[in-house]
Amino acid sequence: MSKPFLAIAFAVAIFLTGALAPAREARAATTITLATFPDLDRAARAALPRWHALHPDIDVRIVSLQYADHHNAMTTALATGSGLPDVMAVDFKFIGKFVGSGGFEDLYQPPYGAGALRDAFVPYTLAQATNAKGELGALPADIGPGTLLYRADLVAKAGLVEADLTRDWDSFIAAGIKLKTATGACILASSTDIVDIVIRSDLPAGQGIYFDRNGKVLVGEPRFVRAFELGRRAHQAGIDAGTTMWTNEWVAGFRSDRIAGQMMGAWLAGHLKNWLAPATAGKWRSAPLPGGLFASYGGSFYAIPRHAQHKAEAWQFVRFMTADRQTQLDALTQFGNFPALIAAQQDPVVDQPVAFLGGQHAGVLWRDTAARVPAIPVDKYDAMATDAVRAEYQNVIARGKDIHEALADARWLIEHRARR
Amino acid sequence: MNTMLSSESAIAASESAPARAIARAAARRRRLRKLAPYAFISPFFILFAVFGLFPLLFSIWLSLHQWDAASGLAAMHWVGLENYKYAVTDPWFSKSLLNTLWFALASGVPQHLVALPLAFFIHMSLKRSRNFVVGAYFVPYVTSSVAIALIFTTLFSKDFGVVNAILPGPPIDWLGDSFWARPAIAFVVFWRYLGWNVVLYLSALQVISGDLYEAATLDGASRWQQFRFVALPLLKPMMFFAITLTLIGNLQLFEEPFILIPPDSGVATDVMTTAMFMYRMAFSDGDFGTASAVSWLLFFLIAALTYANGRLFGKEGASDVGR
Repeated sequence: MSKPFLAIAFAVAIFLTGALAPAREARAATTITLATFPDLDRAARAALPRWHALHPDIDVRIVSLQYADHHNAMTTALATGSGLPDVMAVDFKFIGKFVGSGGFEDLYQPPYGAGALRDAFVPYTLAQATNAKGELGALPADIGPGTLLYRADLVAKAGLVEADLTRDWDSFIAAGIKLKTATGACILASSTDIVDIVIRSDLPAGQGIYFDRNGKVLVGEPRFVRAFELGRRAHQAGIDAGTTMWTNEWVAGFRSDRIAGQMMGAWLAGHLKNWLAPATAGKWRSAPLPGGLFASYGGSFYAIPRHAQHKAEAWQFVRFMTADRQTQLDALTQFGNFPALIAAQQDPVVDQPVAFLGGQHAGVLWRDTAARVPAIPVDKYDAMATDAVRAEYQNVIARGKDIHEALADARWLIEHRARR
Repeated sequence: MNTMLSSESAIAASESAPARAIARAAARRRRLRKLAPYAFISPFFILFAVFGLFPLLFSIWLSLHQWDAASGLAAMHWVGLENYKYAVTDPWFSKSLLNTLWFALASGVPQHLVALPLAFFIHMSLKRSRNFVVGAYFVPYVTSSVAIALIFTTLFSKDFGVVNAILPGPPIDWLGDSFWARPAIAFVVFWRYLGWNVVLYLSALQVISGDLYEAATLDGASRWQQFRFVALPLLKPMMFFAITLTLIGNLQLFEEPFILIPPDSGVATDVMTTAMFMYRMAFSDGDFGTASAVSWLLFFLIAALTYANGRLFGKEGASDVGR
């Protein structure tokens, strides 16, 4: 009984191998595969005509999946070593995990020699793409210099000026209360935004947000206590709209003048202009983050998987997408992706006034911010730690949990999870 | 003489050659005919082996290993039962279990409490409109969960939602407040699976003989008494079946909370079911070994509860079927 069954299974297997073989041969004619996600894929698509002019012998096949699907698919591909692209786009949120697991080529090693490009990029971006062994797993394409985007018209209506928002956190909260009373608008979408940013303040050089160099959990340090306290104060003062980012409420909040500020990467200005709240054009301004803090939000990277098929061609493409001044400038002017490449940042295009921000020369501010963002090492457990800290913060504001107790619980959970 | 002999043998040979060929062809046909059934059912077995059996066995194997998936298959190393120990000591695991049980009860119990009388009412009172009404109740069950999530996030919206527009008092943040998020999701689950249970109970009601109701009516039984003393006892086997399905489905609850509550939301851990915790372990924390262990723990829990359910009133229900 089992013999014929096996014979048939074998026949089917042979048939399938035969059917798949031509596809593999077609790829051998130096077509490299780029796995990416929206909106980042637009920059790659737009760059292809120039790429083909420079490299007529190398074709690029772009496979774009939705953000979460892409990163899940890449996790699976790295796990099994099959279905890997030649070039992988990685979002900032996943770069620590992916680079940390060692599935990428170390670009400092020959034949890549990315060491020569060390000074070409904003320094903190390379720290984000470097794992504990000192391997550089990816090169940065775009970055998100942290800024406070706020509605200048509403702030003026409340009799406030930009400095009231940015001087320090106490002033920010006081201004938020005034704004709420005068206009009904909230300066924050969520008080979590304050927590996310204050936990980054006063970091000693070389130390991560949640873990130090030796993997010791830092949650519970005074900056965490202060972050939770400030967040709770803002929440109790009612200056946050209590919405989660990227939800309908959040979008509607911008459109209906209910949310008058958002701390975020500079790229949010592009989103506001394109789809979040195009009708509010000219009313927004970009300010430095409150309290003299410099931080980055998000960013994208290109990496070459260790088991990629065409590494030499992939490296050429990665360089083209990241270290080519023109590609970076095109991505900036067409899609608002702020370049990680310093040479591109120094282009006069960056100094141009931004119409959506009422003609503000915001690029200058963003370039300045990018240069001053400290290089914070990332850990592969950063995403998990963020979740744990956020969940405990929720316990503080929703259930009145004691801050020290909440942080102790978060710390225990992170130590428990990162035990390996 | 010699020539004659040789020509005779040639004739004999020429006669037997076609016969042998025919016999060979018949044998091949018989062989093929024997093989054909296997060929026809092989797609199922191949697909089942690849997408059903292998992942099942691999997840057992995986649950005994520590594996950072992004490092590749070579990075797997044996840790025995440590993943299980690790999972049960994780506070989010116990929290997710409590959430799951809460959802199972809060959405499961009303499903049956409403579906039973509703099915009885539809069965007894509706004649021509019955199919339409049943169809209407069944629509949520076959609707895409993404569409459902879109509609309900709009309905439950704090500032623009219809629900808050109807309710008096200050607006409730249904999907953003840890107190309200769970009831809101439980309601969506209840709404989605009510029709399914109505259909199950209706099909069971249809095989109950009308004579029994007539006899009860002659004995002076009211509509309620007919439901309570005639229909309900006869529905027991179906109740056992339907409750088992609800139990299994609710303990594996994933889609509704996953789509309705964004993972960055502050209430994300308040609505995290065990299936969501498992997903998070695997795809957010990259710990596939523990995720597999969690899935097996969940399996044991479901098996135990299903068994308990069977003991509780399955036996009685089963004996009713025999009668």
